[in-house]
Amino acid sequence: MYAEFGDTLDLELNRSLQALAAAIRARALPWIRDVVPALCGIALHFDPFHPQLPASVLEICRGLLEDCFRSASKFEDSGRSVEVPVCYDVEFGLDLPEISERTSISIGEIVERHVKTQHWVLMVGFSPGHPYIGGLDPKLSVPRRATPRTRMPKGSVAIANAQTAVYPYETPGGWSIIGRTPLTVFDPARNPASLFAPGDRVRFVPVSRTEFERLG
Amino acid sequence: MSLRILRPGLLSTVQDRGRYGLQHLGVVPCGPMDPVAFELCNAMVGNLEGEAAIEITVLGPEIEFERAALAAICGAQFDASLGGRALPLNRPFLVEKGATLRTGRAKLGSRAYLAVAGGIATAPVLGSRSTYLPAGFGGHEGRLLKAGDSLPLDDNVSALSHKRYRSLTNKKALAQLRTVGWSSPALTLPEREPIVIHAIEGRHYAHFDAAARRAFFEATWKVTPDSNRMGFRLAGPVLARAEAIEILSEPACLGTVQVPANGMPIALMADRQTTGGYPKIAEIAAADVPRMAQLAPGGQVQFARCTLEQAGELRRVLRRRLDAALRALSWMTGT
Repeated sequence: MYAEFGDTLDLELNRSLQALAAAIRARALPWIRDVVPALCGIALHFDPFHPQLPASVLEICRGLLEDCFRSASKFEDSGRSVEVPVCYDVEFGLDLPEISERTSISIGEIVERHVKTQHWVLMVGFSPGHPYIGGLDPKLSVPRRATPRTRMPKGSVAIANAQTAVYPYETPGGWSIIGRTPLTVFDPARNPASLFAPGDRVRFVPVSRTEFERLG
Repeated sequence: MSLRILRPGLLSTVQDRGRYGLQHLGVVPCGPMDPVAFELCNAMVGNLEGEAAIEITVLGPEIEFERAALAAICGAQFDASLGGRALPLNRPFLVEKGATLRTGRAKLGSRAYLAVAGGIATAPVLGSRSTYLPAGFGGHEGRLLKAGDSLPLDDNVSALSHKRYRSLTNKKALAQLRTVGWSSPALTLPEREPIVIHAIEGRHYAHFDAAARRAFFEATWKVTPDSNRMGFRLAGPVLARAEAIEILSEPACLGTVQVPANGMPIALMADRQTTGGYPKIAEIAAADVPRMAQLAPGGQVQFARCTLEQAGELRRVLRRRLDAALRALSWMTGT
């Protein structure tokens, strides 16, 4: 079941969705398998064959959402703050020249604007640990690329519209690449496995090529 | 002691019930494509906790058992033999130490499970043994099985497994096979194709043009060869949108039918991505997803429009049929 609370990116809304997700998870209902806060809504994945699944599941979920929304009104952020070292060399930031041309902003200033902004993880999805990060400087807004790449290198830091993403795996992708992080974004053997979780604050820190090699 | 893979087959993976509670971190549950056949298969060998089994696809593997075991194959109708003797499906059988189990091509359906009493004992990753192919973790080294792989078996078997094993050991072998005279029903195998799959209108149904909305529920769709555990790509009429809108990425779920810009729908299956930015034309009823999963490439399907209430009723009916089958199996021992 997916409940949508808006259809545009709104940081405040997104932050209350994180609180709502936490409140629903705290109920620990046996027939709800996953609670997924998204950009402007929340998804409840239930076990369709669970013996305790209520017959009127949609109504029950609606009631649950309203109830939890009230109890979750006081938003406390996750308190986590993630620093992401990024090497913005053009060798990694493949699309920096193109973005610079499109926006008439120098590559140096693009990096500066990306680094000085406070970002938030709005949602994690697409692949394990893949964050959708909001708060991008509006001057850096570029649409998705007309032809997606078949392979985005692992660790690519990319932007599209009002968001930034970090690619944990080599996957196809249509966002413009501005740099690369040496960090392992998702490692199932690590605790926590995911570097990013919804609600985290994110700051990008520029590192040199040498530093990139050292950290990787 | 373990199972040794002599030939891997087309697409064989280790799967348990799935990896839940991590979708908010982008980790999809995976698990069996046909959870109904999976549960029945486990039940036949006395596994009651969703123990890990091998999912085999279209062309099955050849496996040597390094110890004696109670096993079963359930799901699609595969040609199978044990030590050169034709093996009946959907029932438990005894495998002697050193025997080789061969599975061939699926004649009806496309996926079956090989369950062994106690389950496959590969190391759990994030709480599950299911193989997650796109990210390469879980199951056996996060990948498809290949020749030479050795899969550990859990020696800790349930009392029911033990009882069934003992009763088969004492039983006289028939045509050199130690198996039973009963079998479990196949609840998910395709009847005549095109199979009929129920679906409700998706969130973005109204964004498609009138021809597309009609075509989705009228056309016969063909599963294309590039379909996999992530999604079934369907060939048929091109589904055009009434207007080109960009939607924000949002959660997707098992059975979501999304339509990328090329107008060819994709039904999201067990290894799907957790979120997506393509418009959703329909959502397949949960009860019909296991039947859909039994389609092989080239298989044909028609979508029947249903309401949320009807989808709920289909779910309850399937649950009752599965419960009845599981209850019957729990009474059977080696007779």
